[in-house]
Parts: sequence; C-alpha cells; structure tokens
Amino acid sequence: MENEEILEKISDSEYKYGFSNDFELDAAPKGLTEDTIRFISAKKEEPEFMLNWRLKAYRHWLKMVEPKWANVHYPPINYQDIIFYSAPKNAKKLNSIDDLDPEIKKTYDRLGIPLVEQNFLAGVAVDAVMDSVSVATTYKEKLGELGIIFCSMSEAVQLHPELIEKYLGSVVPYLDNFFATLNSAVFSDGSFVYIPKGVRCPMELSTYFRINAANTGQFERTLIIADEGAYVSYLEGCTAPMRDENQLHAAVVELIALDNAEVKYSTVQNWYPGDKEGKGGVYNFVTKRGICYKNAKMSWTQVETGSSITWKYPGVILKGDNSIGEFYSVAMTNNYQQADTGTKMVHMGKNTKSRIVSKGISAGHGNNSYRGLVKVTKNADNVRNYSQCDSLLMGDRCGAHTFPYFDIKNSTAIVEHEATTSKISEDIMFYCKQRGISQEDAVALIVNGYAKEVLNQLPMEFAVEAQKLLAISLEGSVG
Amino acid sequence: MLSIRNLKAKVEDREILKGINLEVKAGEVHAIMGPNGSGKSTLASVLAGKEGYVVTEGEVIYKGKNLLELSPEDRAREGIFLAFQYPVEIPGVSTTNFLKTAISEKRKYLGLAPLSSVEFLKMLKSKAKLVEIETDMLSRSVNVGFSGGEKKRNEIFQLAMMNPELSILDETDSGLDIDALRIVAEGVNKLKSPDNAFVVITHYQRLLNYIIPDYVHVLNDGQIVTSGGKELAFKLEELGYDWVEQLADNK
Repeated sequence: MENEEILEKISDSEYKYGFSNDFELDAAPKGLTEDTIRFISAKKEEPEFMLNWRLKAYRHWLKMVEPKWANVHYPPINYQDIIFYSAPKNAKKLNSIDDLDPEIKKTYDRLGIPLVEQNFLAGVAVDAVMDSVSVATTYKEKLGELGIIFCSMSEAVQLHPELIEKYLGSVVPYLDNFFATLNSAVFSDGSFVYIPKGVRCPMELSTYFRINAANTGQFERTLIIADEGAYVSYLEGCTAPMRDENQLHAAVVELIALDNAEVKYSTVQNWYPGDKEGKGGVYNFVTKRGICYKNAKMSWTQVETGSSITWKYPGVILKGDNSIGEFYSVAMTNNYQQADTGTKMVHMGKNTKSRIVSKGISAGHGNNSYRGLVKVTKNADNVRNYSQCDSLLMGDRCGAHTFPYFDIKNSTAIVEHEATTSKISEDIMFYCKQRGISQEDAVALIVNGYAKEVLNQLPMEFAVEAQKLLAISLEGSVG
Repeated sequence: MLSIRNLKAKVEDREILKGINLEVKAGEVHAIMGPNGSGKSTLASVLAGKEGYVVTEGEVIYKGKNLLELSPEDRAREGIFLAFQYPVEIPGVSTTNFLKTAISEKRKYLGLAPLSSVEFLKMLKSKAKLVEIETDMLSRSVNVGFSGGEKKRNEIFQLAMMNPELSILDETDSGLDIDALRIVAEGVNKLKSPDNAFVVITHYQRLLNYIIPDYVHVLNDGQIVTSGGKELAFKLEELGYDWVEQLADNK
C-alpha cells in the first residue's frame, strides 16, 4: 500500500544550490518505511512513547489517500523520493555580514530587517557577532526566571516528556488529515513553549532567539501551551525570502490556551514562490489549530506572500465558554502562485465569539481562494461571529474565489458575513500619478491601505517589515 | 510658461482636439469655456498625460520642455496640477498619507531635502484653513464618503499643498452650490501669484464672477474659435453657445 505516484522533477538546478549527492552518515536514505521512522527517533534519542506515537501515525498514513479537493493544482508528489531526515548540516558560516551576497543583503535592507537579525539569517558565525549572543543570553535568563520554557521540540521531547505526552496531538490528532499524519510520523523539529499559570511572557517569542536553531526542515512541529491565566505572543517566520532544498513543507502547529489564557500567533511567510514561469517553489501544506478553554482568547495573524502553493486553515476550537477566536490574514498570490487558505472556527462553548478578516491579493496569474468554516454546535448558545473576506485583483489574469461554509446548529447564533471584490482601477492609478506618485509607490500605498487592518495585528517591527514585503512582492505586477 | 501649438488628439480613433493654440504666461488666469463635447476635458487629460489619448499632431512646450515626452508623474513633479472633475476615492489611504507621499516624491525629483514631519503638519494645518477643511477630515481615506462639494474642496486643498506652477481646474464648479463655489474660488484667489498660472475650464460663467480671468477662450468642436478678455464670458452667457457655433461655422 505504498504510494505509487511518480514525481516529475519540477525544481530547476538554480533552486538546488548547496545540495550534495553524498549522503552524510547523518541522513536517512530516500523514501519512507518503518525503518526510516525508527532511524529518525533513534537519531533524536527519543523516549519510547514518542517512537510509538510516530509509528502509529505512519501506519495510519499508509491507509490514507492524499486529498484533492482544494482549489490548487500540482503534479503528484513522490513520497519515496524525499529524504525524511537529515541532521542539521553545519551550513557554511560567514565571518561577517559583509561576506553576504550583495543581492541578498539588499533585500534584507529593503525589508528593514535589523542588522542583528540579518546576521542570524545570513548564518554569520554566532561567536563572531557579540550582539546576538548577548541578546539571546539575556533573553534566556529572563524567561528562565519566570519559569517559561522555550526550546526546540527535540529538546522538549527529552527534557519535558510529561508535557509532550499530555499535549502533543491533543489539538491536531495524528489521524487528522493526510499531511498532519505524515508530519506526526516524521516531524523534524520546531518550537516548544510552555507558559506557567498566571505568567505574562514579557517579550515576543520567535525562533530567532533560539540560538543554534537548527534547520527545522520540512516537517516542522510546534506546540505552545499557555497555562491558566497566562499570555504569550509568538512570531513565526520572517520577511526575508527563504529558500529550502525541500519542496514539501507540511508543518503542524498546536496552540493551547487554558482557562483565562491568551495566545497570539503571528506568521510572516515568504518561502521561495517559484520563478516567474511558476517552476519550483515551496508547497506550504500546513495544519494549524488551537483550542481555547474557559474565557480564553486566541488569535492567528498571517501574512503569506511566498510559497508556490499555500494550503492552510489556522483554526480555533472554542471549547470553553466565553472564549474568543480571531483570524487575520493577508494572502498574496503573484506570478503563478496558488493559495487555498482560510480558517475554521468551531464554537462549542456558550457565549463564544469569533472574528475573521481575510484579505486576498491576486496579481499576475495568481489564484487565490478563501475557504472558511464557521461551525456552531447544538449546545453553543449565544455565539457571535463576524467574517469579512475581501479580494483585490490586480490585472485581468489572476483569480480570486471565496468558499465560505456555515454549519450552524444553534438558533441563537448571530453570524455575519461580508465580502468585497475590487481592483486597483486605472482611474485611481492616474489620480496618484497626477500627484507625482510613481506607479510602484501608488500600488504600495493602496495595498497597504487595503491590508492595514491585518497588519495592525502584527507586533510593530514585524508590521513595518510586512508592509515593505507586500510592496516588494508586488513589484512589476501592475502595468 | 505653457505653449500649445496646433495640438490635435484623438481618443478611441475619434479626433477630439483639432488644432489647439494657446499661450499661458506666469501670473495669468485663462478660462476655457465651451459646450459639452467641445473637448474641454480632453484638453485637460492630454495635458496631464492620461492614458488612452493619442496626440496626432502639434506640440506642447512647458517651461521650455517638451511636455508630451514626460510621464504623467514627471509632469506633476514639474509643477502641473490637475483638479479633477470627478475625483476618485482611494479606500484605506488617508489624505495626509497620500499628500505626504506625493510631496516627498516631488521634492526628491527636484533634489530638495525631505520635509520634516513638523514642517509637513504645519503646512497641512495652514492650507486646510485656506479651504475651510477640518483637519480630522484629512485622516479619512481620500474622498471616501465625501460629498461632491467636499471632494472639490479637497482638490483645491491638494492644490494648495502641492504648490504647482500650472494648475488646470477641470470643471471644478460643476455640482457645487453657491457656498462651496465661494470657498473654492476664494481658495484659488489666495493661491494666485505672479509665479503661477491657472487654466480654468468651465461650462458656466458663474465661476468667473469669483475667479476673474485675464483671458477667456471659447472652445467648439476641438478648436478655440474666439478669445477675449473677461467680458467675453458675459457675452457668451447672454448669447449662448449657439452663437459660438455660428462663429465656428462662419470661420
């Protein structure tokens, strides 16, 4: 019952820089068998329960069929042609930021990425940069004092197995969907966060601050737990264009907000989107979900500009009474990018509220779909939901689609849905030009005005970078 | 400042301008009047560089430069301002932000240092007073939810902020009541100087009671059929556009 489909090599050679055919001892051979799973678990020195969980997931995966219902199209993936484990390679370290390819440096500067972060992104040897060492160390100390755990998933499995055993898979069970199941079997690494009762995490957490953060690889697994009354804001990704030799990224993120807790999760994603003809590019097939207990609050904010295909529905299970779920998204598709993204808000508790603001921007030949579910179960009294899906079309060869689903089983629910479709008209462009504003700046102004409500949800420095990222991603799309 | 010689232009294969000749010097106010379809708005669009208009003959020299070779943005940065007949709405972009971007690009083009936020705000407040606009209106999206009169006043406000050398007012008075008209005209009069020039395109004589022109030109079927001083406007009001067509036929 192995997957029989055949892969066509899509990526071109330019995209595979740094790839070597010599298998280091630390890499599994291509393909996926039970041995691969055991190899991965052994390499990571995982406790028995973890291996068993992985195997359970793998055996279930073998029985599953890859879903095809999304409004995205891609050639079949050959799962036997993927390397499912490779040890963190010691990537070529630079001695200073000046050694970085000037084109890449220029992009970092245009995005306004702080120099300290640029060093990290460029892979400048950590001991060559005093700043990032001292910043990260002070950071770690501060968090430690508060009892906050922030480490890699691999470390968490070894150091905090009780928390992992209790919470891993509790929001996204291993049998949830094809890609989540695959992830459960072969997940590489990711972030683990635990905030103790009543603690408000004093700073935005992001992977940047985990020094020696290994290449988390294509099957990232993140688990964030905010205990009762706790608060945490987590940032994933960065505006810098990210390249990866792996095409398929099937990550799983689980968020847990216990009674009276709050979790804010922000993502800025700029994975390699493929070239102008649509060749290559990362497939970002992600399962993200959170669960809210009583009076808890959770918000997902995403700015997706990269990847060849983006397929994800960050959702919230509003289990506890009075809990609140929010979803803010700007998803851009340019050239030949495709996106089928949205959210799922499942109202189980009473007096729960959800808010959905989705802004799609389609340019070039891009194809953008919003797919959202608002589900209200029978006993969920007094639910309030507000959804707003807007599409902005730039040019006449792109597509925007909306697939809203409402499954309401309680008659006291108040559910509102608004949708608009617009384009940047020639009249608006001429008006801007007649005031001396160049075409590119006019597009940037208009797109930022359009996306403002979502960008305002991001932590400030991220918001400024995201604004610039939107403008840069749209270059050449009008005209 | 502006020299238009035998300008012919067409849109969608229809020739609208059939040989316009006009000289505008700094410090002057020229009024262009004419019946519907005479080419008034086309002239404004061609001068501003709007897409879709093809110049088939003639030339336009602005401050010694060939205007027709410049992009619309560059024409604006060189000091040409068009007050639109139907100003568009730009959702999500505040008037303040819009003008900040425009002014900053113009200054960069001219090699000037950028305006500090303080200087910009000061300018914003004083110009807003000129056209009796509340400053909190400026943080709203450009023209969104504005009444017709407010949109026209916003055009003059932008004019005041951009400080152009050549302003073209395209039927700024259309759709305005007497009070709005007064505010717009007063704004223009305060901005007039020996260094700038205005081309006021209007259908009705009424506006010219407030903005006194130095020259009046009457456009008919793509050509200027007669020119004169401000009294010409009164004559036109009295005799109507039929008289103009007669003039054209006689030619």
